[in-house]
Amino acid sequence: MTALTKSEMAERLFEELGLNKREAKEVVELFFEEIRASLQGNEQVKLSGFGNFDLRDKSQRPGRNPKTGEEIPISARRVVTFRPGQKLKARVEEYAGTES
Amino acid sequence: MTKSELIELIAARQSQLSSKDVELAVKTILEQMSQSLSTGERIEIRGFGSFSLHYREPRKGRNPKTGDAVELTGKYVPHFKPGKELRERVNLGLQEGL
Repeated sequence: MTALTKSEMAERLFEELGLNKREAKEVVELFFEEIRASLQGNEQVKLSGFGNFDLRDKSQRPGRNPKTGEEIPISARRVVTFRPGQKLKARVEEYAGTES
Repeated sequence: MTKSELIELIAARQSQLSSKDVELAVKTILEQMSQSLSTGERIEIRGFGSFSLHYREPRKGRNPKTGDAVELTGKYVPHFKPGKELRERVNLGLQEGL
């Protein structure tokens, strides 16, 4: 099965809402860009019914180059995690996994 | 940032559409994404990330109130893997002291 992409999202906005193709493409682009910008500014994103994008700061920890075995520290970083909302979880749980 | 704040930001950044149009568009996008995942289809957005389903094995759980053992069936849960641009920009935020 293929994956859902931005072009199919824009296509649906064109078909269902009657946005012209340029507007549809722009809105889809802005949708993801504004979420990225918020997360870059260290602000959580809460999309009710879908889920939350949260941020977690990780401190530096020891790591290893898996090829050479050499010890190299993994630098402190901030990571994005997604917590699906109740509604999305319930919808996905029903998926039996028979179609793929 | 909430969904309604996201809608206002998008509306402010383009000239043709009203807030109402943008609201409908955002809801349509989220509904399509939910639909996609609930039929087992992945979502792939370059520079943002991908959503897929992860399987959770059946396990024995307990009713937290009564302590009774209950069988929990296997299920699918949504999973998000941030893309390269998103990972880099979030880290940039950290380096800039945000």
